[in-house]
Amino acid sequence: MWDHEIKAMASAHAIIAAAVFMATVLPGAVVRGFSVCGTHLLWLYSVSGAVAAVSVAVFWLLGITRPTKKHTLGYKLSARFQQPHQLRSRLSRLFRSCVYFFLSCLFFHTVVVLYGAPLIESALETFSLAVLLTSLTTLRCLCVLGPNVQAWIRVFSRHGAMSVWDTCLQITVVCTVVGAWVGAFPIPLDWDRPWQVWPVSCSLGATIGFLTGLVAAPAWIHYHRKQLTYKCK
Amino acid sequence: MKALPVLSLLLCVCSVFFVGIYLFVGGFLLVRLEVNRTSTCGDVLQPGGGEPSAAAAADFCRARPRFRRAVLLVVDALRIDFARFDARNAAPRPHENKLPVLQEAAAARPAHGRLFPFRADPPTTTMQRIKGFTTGSLPTFVDVGNNFASSAILEDNLIHQFGQAGKRVVFMGDDTWESLFPKKFHRSLPFPSFNVKDLHTVDNGILQHLYTTMMGGDWDVLVAHFLGVDHCGHRFGPDHPAMADKLTQMDGVIRAVIDRLQNDTLLVVMGDHGMTDTGDHGGESHKETDAALFLYSPAPLFPGPPSQSEPDVVPQTDLVPSLALLLGVPIPYSSVGQVLLPLFPPHGQTDGAVGGLSQLEALWINAKQVNRFLETYSGMAKDIPPENLSQLKDEFSRLSSEYLATVGEGRPPSPELAASLQAYLTSVRDTCRATWARFNPLKMAAGLVILAFACLTCFILSELSLTLIREDGRGLKGPVVTALAAAVCVAAGQLLTQGYVEVAWCLAAAALSSELLFLWTAYRSRVTAVSKNGSKALKFASWLTPRQLLTPPLLVPLLRCASLLSDSYVIAEGRVVTFLLFSLALYIPFHLNWDGLLLPPSHDPLKSAGLLPSPHLSPSTVRKESGTLLGCVGLLIGSLYLSLSFHGCREEQGACQPSPFLSPLSRLQDSQLKNLHYVLSVFSLGVWTYLLRRCLRHYGNLNSSGGAVFVARWILPLLSVCLGLHWAVSATPEDSFRNLAELISLAQLSLPRAAFCLLGLGLFLIWLDPLTVFIKTRAAASARNSALPPPRYRASTGISPQAELHHLIPQIYQRMRRSLDDGGSSGELSGAGEVDSRPAVEAYGLGTVYSAPLLLFCGLLGIGLLLLHPEGMALSFLLLLLEMGALLHIHASSTTLKGLHGTYSGGFKVPWAPIVMWALAATQFFHATGHLPTFPSIQWGAAFVGFPDGHTGTILPASLVTLNTFASHILFAVACPLLLLWPLVCEVRGSRGGGGRAACGDEGEDAVMEMRLRENPQLFSSALLQLSTRYLFIHGAQVFASVSAAAILRRHLMVWKVFAPKLMFEASGFLVSSVSLLIGVTLVLRVDVAVGRWFKRIIPDVAR
Repeated sequence: MWDHEIKAMASAHAIIAAAVFMATVLPGAVVRGFSVCGTHLLWLYSVSGAVAAVSVAVFWLLGITRPTKKHTLGYKLSARFQQPHQLRSRLSRLFRSCVYFFLSCLFFHTVVVLYGAPLIESALETFSLAVLLTSLTTLRCLCVLGPNVQAWIRVFSRHGAMSVWDTCLQITVVCTVVGAWVGAFPIPLDWDRPWQVWPVSCSLGATIGFLTGLVAAPAWIHYHRKQLTYKCK
Repeated sequence: MKALPVLSLLLCVCSVFFVGIYLFVGGFLLVRLEVNRTSTCGDVLQPGGGEPSAAAAADFCRARPRFRRAVLLVVDALRIDFARFDARNAAPRPHENKLPVLQEAAAARPAHGRLFPFRADPPTTTMQRIKGFTTGSLPTFVDVGNNFASSAILEDNLIHQFGQAGKRVVFMGDDTWESLFPKKFHRSLPFPSFNVKDLHTVDNGILQHLYTTMMGGDWDVLVAHFLGVDHCGHRFGPDHPAMADKLTQMDGVIRAVIDRLQNDTLLVVMGDHGMTDTGDHGGESHKETDAALFLYSPAPLFPGPPSQSEPDVVPQTDLVPSLALLLGVPIPYSSVGQVLLPLFPPHGQTDGAVGGLSQLEALWINAKQVNRFLETYSGMAKDIPPENLSQLKDEFSRLSSEYLATVGEGRPPSPELAASLQAYLTSVRDTCRATWARFNPLKMAAGLVILAFACLTCFILSELSLTLIREDGRGLKGPVVTALAAAVCVAAGQLLTQGYVEVAWCLAAAALSSELLFLWTAYRSRVTAVSKNGSKALKFASWLTPRQLLTPPLLVPLLRCASLLSDSYVIAEGRVVTFLLFSLALYIPFHLNWDGLLLPPSHDPLKSAGLLPSPHLSPSTVRKESGTLLGCVGLLIGSLYLSLSFHGCREEQGACQPSPFLSPLSRLQDSQLKNLHYVLSVFSLGVWTYLLRRCLRHYGNLNSSGGAVFVARWILPLLSVCLGLHWAVSATPEDSFRNLAELISLAQLSLPRAAFCLLGLGLFLIWLDPLTVFIKTRAAASARNSALPPPRYRASTGISPQAELHHLIPQIYQRMRRSLDDGGSSGELSGAGEVDSRPAVEAYGLGTVYSAPLLLFCGLLGIGLLLLHPEGMALSFLLLLLEMGALLHIHASSTTLKGLHGTYSGGFKVPWAPIVMWALAATQFFHATGHLPTFPSIQWGAAFVGFPDGHTGTILPASLVTLNTFASHILFAVACPLLLLWPLVCEVRGSRGGGGRAACGDEGEDAVMEMRLRENPQLFSSALLQLSTRYLFIHGAQVFASVSAAAILRRHLMVWKVFAPKLMFEASGFLVSSVSLLIGVTLVLRVDVAVGRWFKRIIPDVAR
């Protein structure tokens, strides 16, 4: 039913996955001794940066970003009459998105600490994980839904998805979070592997979950395209 | 309300679980009593020697010892084939042919050294083995001695005897020895044994000191315990070049030691156990049990040639009497070993050896000592089968008369005498081993099967609870009768074939047959239901689809059970449980949001036009409930996080600091810190009391004058005051108030005892008079009353939110013409003709008539249990109460939200998620009150609360320690029925209208709050049964998981350190939980009976 959109989604996801791959491989050429476990924070930031940049670009190019209704009205009006107003509105949206991004980092940091991460000792590692999680989940919400928490909450309900992209968002976000959750499992084991060090397994889990989500979302939507109905499309 | 079927079903389920646990534990854990007597040189063993002069002399230390000194080299895990040398083996594997020194020494001087296979008894773990070859007994996992708290050996042992004889024992190596024999060594150089990956620290440490110590004269017995071979096995396995290096190193060590030996010195090289081909040990395969024993001395050691009566395998226990007699010390009291005959000269050749005992004399002393032990032990414990015991006694008396006759006549003894003495000793050891030191795989398997089926039964019972209650527990009769029949059959069969009855197997047969019958019945009823009609089949079949089972609330207990199979997760259990609980807590709001229940439905015009505008959906109510829910989730998460700081530490957790709140106040040095802790504790105690009273007052349960209310008003505060004073007294430093010392010691004795008495009185009063309903009669011949036909229950204005603000929920309980039994069927029958000018009755607190006593009971119990904990735990208990409240409110709010949106299915069913959280929280607070599933972490101080001078019996301290250890299990299990009651307590008016009952608009028609339970006694019973069985199921599944872990991993390195203690704690936790759950359920049923009586009393009163 939404063949066109599914194709767009698959190719967008392919680009994002490629970005993750490049972010893992490329720094090795630049930085001596780069490895996922050894220089973990570097890898983590390179992946989150790459994912952030690529997804912002891709979603902007695709024109997915759906402003809320109020905004649409203002947007249209301002588009027609006031060029500066539109710019200001855009700037304010950008600013709010940045604030949301930062708040989301803090939120993830808090949740991870509550889950049992050390509070003070490795705060930088914990915060880096929060940044990664934010750029894998919240950034996507920002790209698809705009800085509108109400809409985010609405999307994560059974009948909340209003487009294929919303369904895709649900799948990738849940996959990422579950991946990070599962990533915490091997930490207490006494295997003494380098990837058991905090937060390597969690960030690896989140990334793998994210990649799985990228693959799973178009596939799932493709196989269920007959059953999918959206109220306002 | 049908009390009997609920209770009897629960009892049956519990007893089936108990039987399963009993069987498994009976096959897995072997319990032996420690005899804490010691042998001395002056002991006269019965029967004494024939001639009076010899009888006066003692038996031990009679002759001059053959050796003055001994070197004991223990090479951990030195398997017998490591020690053998085969010159023909051209391509030896890494562990073969690496110890040629033993072969060379034995071959060059056969009278000086010899190599024996040395068979250890399971469990083949180092600590048990050290116990084994020093006490000469067969240590089991649980040696019940008089001192649980330390691992020190209290039984008589070789090291103790050496010390008694004035020998200087020098020890170096594995630090296990240091904890087993504290302060027994003349000099000791322990090295850490914990890190299995470290191959060299212990060995190199020994080698630094071994030779210098040997050359110096400051020792008589030198013990060196090398760990490298064992660690190498654990790390690399036996077939690894590292093992070759390690064994070659050992070869060098033994050579060097032999070179430095003097003539009066005995060298013993031994392995304490073997290893499997993967390098593990702990079990009972031959590779694990067969170690090497090499005896050597520069002086001739073996009088005879090797061929003569050579034992093919030397049991490990036999080393003890041999060493004792060779070195001239008494044989330890509880040794069951027999002397190694090749070490002693045959009769008549004693002159050759220096002052030695002959074979027969040695055997005779040994037999007398073993007989003495056997008599003492059988007087203490009854676990040796009586017919074996009497057989052994007869044998001994026959042998002793024969021996005495032989010696008395002075004729040379027949060789048969020595042989039969040997046979006697062997049979004693075999009897003991059969009793103490063997897994019983059949029993273990039976226990596992019974537990597995019990879990399944429990699960199905919870799904079929309504059907079972409907048919009034008739389904129970079949299984019970079958169980009895099976038990009788097995008993009869055993009587016929074996001549005696083993109770365990009768119980097993009973449990298994009843379970199978129940499952078969359930299956058949499902099949017939399917054939009858489709809709019912759907209902029955729904619990078996994987989609139903794989929801997160059931996935979490699955993960929890799986985590019990790994030692790392068991070690980190406290955090694992908190992690899972936290995940589930986050899941609940997300799930509600997913179902669109968390937020008021959107003002989407399309949607609201298409759907029915539900009458109950006011956005403000939804918002309020969601706010409560989210707030409670926050509270839950907060208390979860804070509770992490109350954990204790296992020894396996290296960099872990136990919580500072765990040490009692009296140990704190800094007085300011002490005051701070005290104030914090008293503050939390106060908040605990205040919250309880506040809650009861809020629902109007503090108005009447019954027993329970008296408890809430007076006993509860008094108990807290008692507790606060007790803490203050026990925290005072002993030297601060010298002149008040007597008073303080009196207070230390009397305050906790007074608290115990108050607690007992309070619990008793609640039980006696659980109603907290206050009745106010008022002349209510109002116009309104006569105008309306009187409804059955009428909740009038009082239930409005305004009245709640006044801390009262008065429920006007009007009318009542007929007795409840008539009206139970339907309210519509109430005749309109009964015009009333009668007084109305206002009942305060009727809405929480069930939950109030239960809450009070738990609160009181909580303070009582807090008394047994260190003072700092008051904070943790406060967190427990808050978390309980948060859980209850989360459950209540989500139920209300579901009800508001009309998706509530009716009935009082409690879903899985809150029950799983409840059960996890019990384990979480087990850890958060400073407990751990290990024996050293048991808080023994609890036994001395109120009894500072100790006890005379064992039952009282044991129960105090049990109460302390399982405090959170008890509290959560007793409070479990609150999960059923709380949604009703917190219900929003009119929210259930869309459920089963017709929403006719007049809310006065409906019974409110917990009175709805009286309306539907059947649903009430079934919901109670379902709740209890689900709770039992989760705990039972955990027990099953830890039982499986112990069974599957019984060869694991950590089995006696991690899995077996975990199994014990999990099993006893289940026991305590189920008993407490039964208490809680019974209390609810008791309240139900009381409410029934109350109605009966009220109704004729009103009717008149």
